[in-house]
Amino acid sequence: MLKILRPGLQTTIQDAGRFGWYHIGMPPSGAMDQFSFRAGNLLVGNDQGAAALETTFQGPHLEAAAEVTVAVTGAPLELRLNGEPAPMWVALALRAGDRLQCGQVAAGVRSYICVSGGIDVPELLGSRSTYLLGRFGGVGGRAVAAHDLLRVGAPRRNAAELTGRRLDARLLPSFPEAAELRILMGLCSYRLTEESIAQFLNTPWEVSTEADRIGYRIHGAGFQFRDREPPFGAGSDPSNVVDVGYPVGSIQVPGGKEGILLMRDAVTGGGYATIGTVIQCDLDRVAQAAPRARFRFRAVTIQDALRLRAQYKSRLRAVADSLALFDSVGWLGQ
Amino acid sequence: MEVRYDFGGDEYVFVDFDIEMSLEVNFKVLSICQDLEREPIPGVIEVCPGNASYLVHYRPEEIEPDKLVKELRQREHQADRIASISSRMVDIPVLYDDPWTKECARQFGDRHQDPSVTNLEYLMRINGFSDKQEFIHAHSGRPYWISMVGFVPGTAWGYQMVPRSRALQAPKYVRPRTDTPERTVSHGGAFMAIYPVRGPGGYQLIGMTPVPVYEPEGRLVDLRETRILAKAADRWKLRPIDREEFDAIRAAVEAGTYRYRIIEQEFRPAIYFEDPERYLNRLHEEARACSKS
Repeated sequence: MLKILRPGLQTTIQDAGRFGWYHIGMPPSGAMDQFSFRAGNLLVGNDQGAAALETTFQGPHLEAAAEVTVAVTGAPLELRLNGEPAPMWVALALRAGDRLQCGQVAAGVRSYICVSGGIDVPELLGSRSTYLLGRFGGVGGRAVAAHDLLRVGAPRRNAAELTGRRLDARLLPSFPEAAELRILMGLCSYRLTEESIAQFLNTPWEVSTEADRIGYRIHGAGFQFRDREPPFGAGSDPSNVVDVGYPVGSIQVPGGKEGILLMRDAVTGGGYATIGTVIQCDLDRVAQAAPRARFRFRAVTIQDALRLRAQYKSRLRAVADSLALFDSVGWLGQ
Repeated sequence: MEVRYDFGGDEYVFVDFDIEMSLEVNFKVLSICQDLEREPIPGVIEVCPGNASYLVHYRPEEIEPDKLVKELRQREHQADRIASISSRMVDIPVLYDDPWTKECARQFGDRHQDPSVTNLEYLMRINGFSDKQEFIHAHSGRPYWISMVGFVPGTAWGYQMVPRSRALQAPKYVRPRTDTPERTVSHGGAFMAIYPVRGPGGYQLIGMTPVPVYEPEGRLVDLRETRILAKAADRWKLRPIDREEFDAIRAAVEAGTYRYRIIEQEFRPAIYFEDPERYLNRLHEEARACSKS
């Protein structure tokens, strides 16, 4: 069991996600930065998708009620174990009564506290992820609060085997202030003029203060629409279309003033024109972008997207391989 | 119009049938989606119907994007042979002109086209009604075809099964409200929608249903599987009720004993278009006979 002493700004239980229910309006939820989350689980000997805590800007203070192995990954923050500085991206052994204190992030937004055995809350529709807007999953559909007691599943491997496992520095992700996002243009981009599409791809966009698990509002040059007679059922605004499904990662342009990039707690459909979809692996970068961070978009083809997706998966495989190597021989040269 | 296939990033295919809303197109979308549910394409996680389009979520490791599009095109060409759609008739009791939504409309009057009248009176006026009962009769007479489900869990777009010339229409609020009571029955564009949870919104507020359309706790037996009431291709029949019945149903919902009146039927678009009124009456009678037996 883990006892929450201080919850942090917004700490939720997340796993790989809840898939197959988008058609009833239920978004996948799940960890926003999947690489950091999955690497954290591998560090503590879990399946990649085991439930963990996702923090936002300011992490929680926890107390271990029994022996448990944890690893903190994702956005760099000040981490202390019983008051002493402790490293991120390393499996740490906690004994009963030990306190883990997460401070504020120095860069990025979201960190992950992965525990050996995973956090054990009931699975709802196949996932333990918290969907805040729908009050669903996690701990009663809400963020964790002070005095919550979180159950931990049975660890696969014992603490002695896991303690000290660390991520190879070459595999650590970075958390820059500006990110390039690869996007497949399309969906309802026919609503925009060609000049507007070119402008979208050639100018920087800034993350607004309205950026959360549902979506990121981005500000920049704005959008210009093609003239038309509104089709029946679409609505009179030039950005309106007859309601469509919105992919996770898609960008919609309500009113033409700003863009909304939908994330893992997405609204699943609606009547605003969508203009393209950011490739899934780049959503990790979006997850770590704070208000005022800058994005640039680069149009790619489906073949490019598949190649980048394969590269992303091979980086995760490299994490697993490097840990297997560490288990057998320890870090070479350390 | 030519059906358009487009990639939504590396995990979605967007299939767009038309830029206009019509029952003809939506029937086609839903019959293809139901076909894909009955005989899934390996690698497809799920299919999400839209009003005149659908979205496929898939794993590119299991099926190549180009191959998936090819298979979807084949299903499209087979769709004309699909004669029927599984469609549930669902009874939705509604207290029209209720005190709670009137209060909400008063509170957000500064965002409305005409705050001097209630939203229901405003809808009456712009749709050419002078008698409230007549308007309620028109709004609740024909069932609403659930053409799409989504936005947030439980939201459903209901398109009344009447000719376009008789479709009730309403603009959305000038500026969206920041609050709407849960279970509000509303109208916007050519669609009826019930708010699953309390929250922001822009549709016109005309009534309140005592029955939830989303229940995250899963207490009511009919909502236990997915926690939501709506299914694409449902027909929702709104039934005007009085305050006494409203309170009685609320009590049953609170006690966890309420059972929805849902009848499963096969819906045949071809017969519907021959004589919509006659076919809907027939289905209605069959549903009534079913619920009595």
